[in-house]
Amino acid sequence: MTQLRFLLNDTEVALTEVGASDTLLDHLRLTRRMTGTKEGCAEGDCGACTVLAGRLTPDGLVYEPINACIRLMASCHATHIVTVEHLRGPDGGLHPVQAAMVAHHGSQCGFCTPGIVMALYGLWMTNPDAGAAEIETALQGNICRCTGYAPIIRAALAAGAAGGQAQDALARERETVAARLAGMRGARVSLARGADRALVPADTDDLAAALLEEPGATLVAGATDVGLWVTKFMRDISPAIFIGHLMKEITVEGDLIHLGAGVTYSEAARVIARHIPQAAEYWSRIGGWQVRNAGTIGANIANGSPIGDTPPLLIALDARIVLRRGDQRREMPLEAFFIDYGKQDRQPGEFVEAILIPIHRQARVAAYKISKRRDSDITSVAAGICVDVADGVITGARLAFGGMAGTPKRARAAEAALVGQPFAEAAFDAAARAIADDFQPMTDMRASAEYRATVARNLIRRFWLEQSEPGLPVRLRQSEGV
Amino acid sequence: MKDDTAPITGQAHQDTAHDSAIKHVTGRAEYTDDLVEPTGTIHAYLGLSTCAHGRITGMDFTDTLAQPGVLGVLTADDLPGVNDVSPNGKNDDPIFADGVVHFWGQPVFAVIAETRDQARRAAHKARIDYDALPHALDPIAARDAGRGYVTDPLTLTRGDAVAAMAEAPRRITGRFAVGGQDHFYLEGQIALAIPGEDDEVAMHVSTQHPSEVQHMVAHVLGVPSNAVVVNVRRMGGGFGGKETQMNLFACVAAVAAKRWHRAVKIRPDRDDDMTATGKRHDFVIDYAVGFDDDGRIRAVEGDLYARCGFSADLSGPVTDRALFHADNAYFYPDVRVSSHPMRTNTVSNTAFRGFGGPQGAIMAERMVEEIGYALGLDPLEVRKRNLYQNGQLTPYHQEVQDQILPRLIEELEATSDYQARRQAVLDWNARGGVIRKGIALTPVKFGISFTATWFNQAGALIHVYSDGSIHLNHGGTEMGQGLNTKVAQVVAEAFQCDISRIKITRTTTEKVPNTSATAASSGTDLNGMAALDAANQIKARLVAFVAENWKVAEDQVVFVPGHVRAGDQMIAFNQVIRAAYMARIQLSAAGFYKTPKIHWDRSTGQGRPFYYFAYGAAVSEVSVDTLTGEYVIDRADILHDVGRSLNPALDRGQVEGAFVQGAGWLTTEELWWDDKGRLRTHAPSTYKVPLASDRPRVFNVALADWSEATERTIKRSKAVGEPPFVLGISVFEAINMAVASVADYREPARLDAPATPERVLMAVERLRG
Repeated sequence: MTQLRFLLNDTEVALTEVGASDTLLDHLRLTRRMTGTKEGCAEGDCGACTVLAGRLTPDGLVYEPINACIRLMASCHATHIVTVEHLRGPDGGLHPVQAAMVAHHGSQCGFCTPGIVMALYGLWMTNPDAGAAEIETALQGNICRCTGYAPIIRAALAAGAAGGQAQDALARERETVAARLAGMRGARVSLARGADRALVPADTDDLAAALLEEPGATLVAGATDVGLWVTKFMRDISPAIFIGHLMKEITVEGDLIHLGAGVTYSEAARVIARHIPQAAEYWSRIGGWQVRNAGTIGANIANGSPIGDTPPLLIALDARIVLRRGDQRREMPLEAFFIDYGKQDRQPGEFVEAILIPIHRQARVAAYKISKRRDSDITSVAAGICVDVADGVITGARLAFGGMAGTPKRARAAEAALVGQPFAEAAFDAAARAIADDFQPMTDMRASAEYRATVARNLIRRFWLEQSEPGLPVRLRQSEGV
Repeated sequence: MKDDTAPITGQAHQDTAHDSAIKHVTGRAEYTDDLVEPTGTIHAYLGLSTCAHGRITGMDFTDTLAQPGVLGVLTADDLPGVNDVSPNGKNDDPIFADGVVHFWGQPVFAVIAETRDQARRAAHKARIDYDALPHALDPIAARDAGRGYVTDPLTLTRGDAVAAMAEAPRRITGRFAVGGQDHFYLEGQIALAIPGEDDEVAMHVSTQHPSEVQHMVAHVLGVPSNAVVVNVRRMGGGFGGKETQMNLFACVAAVAAKRWHRAVKIRPDRDDDMTATGKRHDFVIDYAVGFDDDGRIRAVEGDLYARCGFSADLSGPVTDRALFHADNAYFYPDVRVSSHPMRTNTVSNTAFRGFGGPQGAIMAERMVEEIGYALGLDPLEVRKRNLYQNGQLTPYHQEVQDQILPRLIEELEATSDYQARRQAVLDWNARGGVIRKGIALTPVKFGISFTATWFNQAGALIHVYSDGSIHLNHGGTEMGQGLNTKVAQVVAEAFQCDISRIKITRTTTEKVPNTSATAASSGTDLNGMAALDAANQIKARLVAFVAENWKVAEDQVVFVPGHVRAGDQMIAFNQVIRAAYMARIQLSAAGFYKTPKIHWDRSTGQGRPFYYFAYGAAVSEVSVDTLTGEYVIDRADILHDVGRSLNPALDRGQVEGAFVQGAGWLTTEELWWDDKGRLRTHAPSTYKVPLASDRPRVFNVALADWSEATERTIKRSKAVGEPPFVLGISVFEAINMAVASVADYREPARLDAPATPERVLMAVERLRG
């Protein structure tokens, strides 16, 4: 198939000329002159371009807010893109979310407003009872520079209370839309604009085959990073293979969580909250909501960031990954995948297919993220900690850190200071001292080397305080998941 | 006779929604990039320097010109008029670097192409060679390198600060670095130029200062101002960042439009916008305060070094205003404060909400805090002991006549339960845990008026059409603050007609000339008065006409809701207008206003630069994680003075928004340059403005509804845009308190701003020793 097909509001779109680097926002604003969706930053950090993307999942048709600025067109195939122009109330007037924003003076300059309205619409649809903390979490990816957010929160609470979800247009049209989207799926889609080529595989086997045909292709999942290669660095990503719709399996067998590489942060949130509850808050601080709806765990790993929000936690949990090339698969510990800064153990034609995460029911586990701003910020220091204790003695310790070296990495000296010691403050003090030998962090605009080193040390202390005396106030307020 | 008419909608002093609110939420509000483009519109994109200071030794555009869609390149040599957009006549602000670049990110050239994407890609293909020169980035480095000032410094003195300092029972000296701030208006800089016949060009620009854009474009094209029309429907945020900073973009678009005779749009990517445009000035402040054992200030000396960047831009009035607010709310018996507007190899800094005022005010609050710690007093007690009393003189010799802070602070102290909460904070910290708390109450006294006296003028134009509909235009610009709504309320009340009858149209230099920037919080004060003047002129003609036509005395003619009452006759407004039109009464008027009473002599440092002061106070409570330096604002309570509010809902929105923006300035918003002089925090991924989760979890905002402007301001209201920004200082001081608790408040934390988690943690570590 050589046509990109999707629904845009109430219109079915079929495009034959689509390049790998074409963005949804440019399509809306430049091609269609649908100017309600704004460009604020073109890097997925301000939310002014927020639209909803509806897609078929095993749970049915799901709508999620995403950033149109870094959503590449090829990954809109077989989705329903809903923009602010489509939003309306049951009587054709203002939608309850819009009406509440007007009534509570939730807009000032108005430029962020369509994006905020769309994020709140996404929340209203799925969680009408959301409280202030959940609303904050839903708005992590939206910047408003005028209002101080207070009236927006008031509006969101009022919109939730107003109800009307069953009468909403997207609810009423759900079955029709689902059927139309189902009709678009199936075959491999090959697209091009001149030399800029994109390929949307039909399924994972098709991906494996396509990547053998084009071993140098750029793999694009949620494009929360690759999108910036396009919008910020103007890099040529062609040929690109779009995989965000593949490898969505989530299963739990015994003490092992199996996540397909294409599972987004949002899709994994429930299984994380259930089986690794210590990481639930951490999970809700990865990117903003729009980013969590697009970004995938497999790509977060494959991308090889030195911080990598998920790898420190996953390494601490002794996760393994499955790499696939054609029909060949190999499995390795996640920590072995990261060889050096910018270098991973992935061969041409190979892709990350799955992540296997052991559930440590008896272990003491923590996940910490430190950043300049609490939400939607790139981490200065990330830590995953998993400590086994038997009869008062530390029998195992896995401490992995991000932002401390060229790759996410274990703190071997700190671990060594713990293992075999009594589970007591002295061991953690020793580990806190030892971590100075593990890392020589760097200074950049996010944090100085000195700060990173101090924080890494203090996080070990925090872990001890939390474990030794549960309920001791050692952390600031928690956020709530969406 | 009894009026049977309902009150009008949208009258003054009522909550009225922003006139564009429905358009905002539906995405139908048009910003400059949303306007339908003329056929054949082409695009310009800037090429920026990659050197902080250096001589340009070569420019090679061979590859640029070979890119698809490229029509040409503009450099300093291609400008028909002058290569300058300096807003102050100093001729030090080139559009394109000419021979020498002065900061990393300075515009050097522009590429013109069929599409924006083509122009942007081609701009990156240019090759510019530099011969690097030494650079000085921060104000102290600039001073030490003898870089000098970008504009004349100022000293304010009253009494003999040196002698009083020597005699003071106690003295504290310190140095305090206060960071800058990027505006992060959600809508970036943008201009669309449409060429006309002869020397004409029409502009659509996201600007707070249409008249200045008009003058700059004329200047750069070498044509008279009457050839240039500038239009502004609305901005997606300004905050001062579009007072002068859009001049360059507008001029590039205009020059290209005339050269290629096609409409030209220019819109930088966010990173380029943040790299190439000026920001809030950061300061290094050396202060000395003498005081007595009761915490009463005897003498103050201050030297305020500002990072101005490579050119003057608005640094003169910004650093002046920092001095005007270096007292914040406190009387200094003997004082000497001096500004040092330093020339640095950074982007030229500019206006930002508060315009230097917050940087001055935080010096005062730092000194008060120091005194409190030195004497073991709650800084609030020190504040109260030093508040101005009416009749006292400021360091610029203006007499304070409208002081309301004692009452305002007392009320806030009670409603926020300050004393009990402070005790609870002290008790909590005494338990010695990881999470520490802090609480602070800080006030603001903010001077309202442009300190350049001639800017305090405004014009408006009102047409009443023969069907009774009203067209309102004024010289102010709408950037979200609700200016249009408030001015329309004034006009609605004057004519006693529903606000829906009034169409507020885009600001254009064709209707109201020689306008001042919508800045200095003065938009409503000035334009509201000008619009009222226009309305009153029309009303006066109507009163005379009605009296004659309906045969009553003029004092029997009254505008009542939807009607005019003439003696015992009620005539519908529409009917009056129709009759007046038929009787050939002029139904259009140009209004004008200039602020009375103000004067300022910079050479003596004395005068009355401000028509009045706006006041307010905030209590902020924070929690700080002493293991990581992270923090949250648990609660903020604000009581703010806007006189008799024209629109309490919109004013409250300004207070809430300004407070959070002020807190952002002092917490997570950090500008960070590397050693090459390159700003590395130039996008929201690296520059962190507050999010919803950063706002105070409990946020109580009230207006002091008993306050009324003592001067004859528009309906006795007061300006609101900037003053509450200063209240963000309460968050900063509360964080300082939480940090100081780890050493039992023996000394203040002396955090520099912004108090990033890193600075907080390092201060904790330092105090713990």
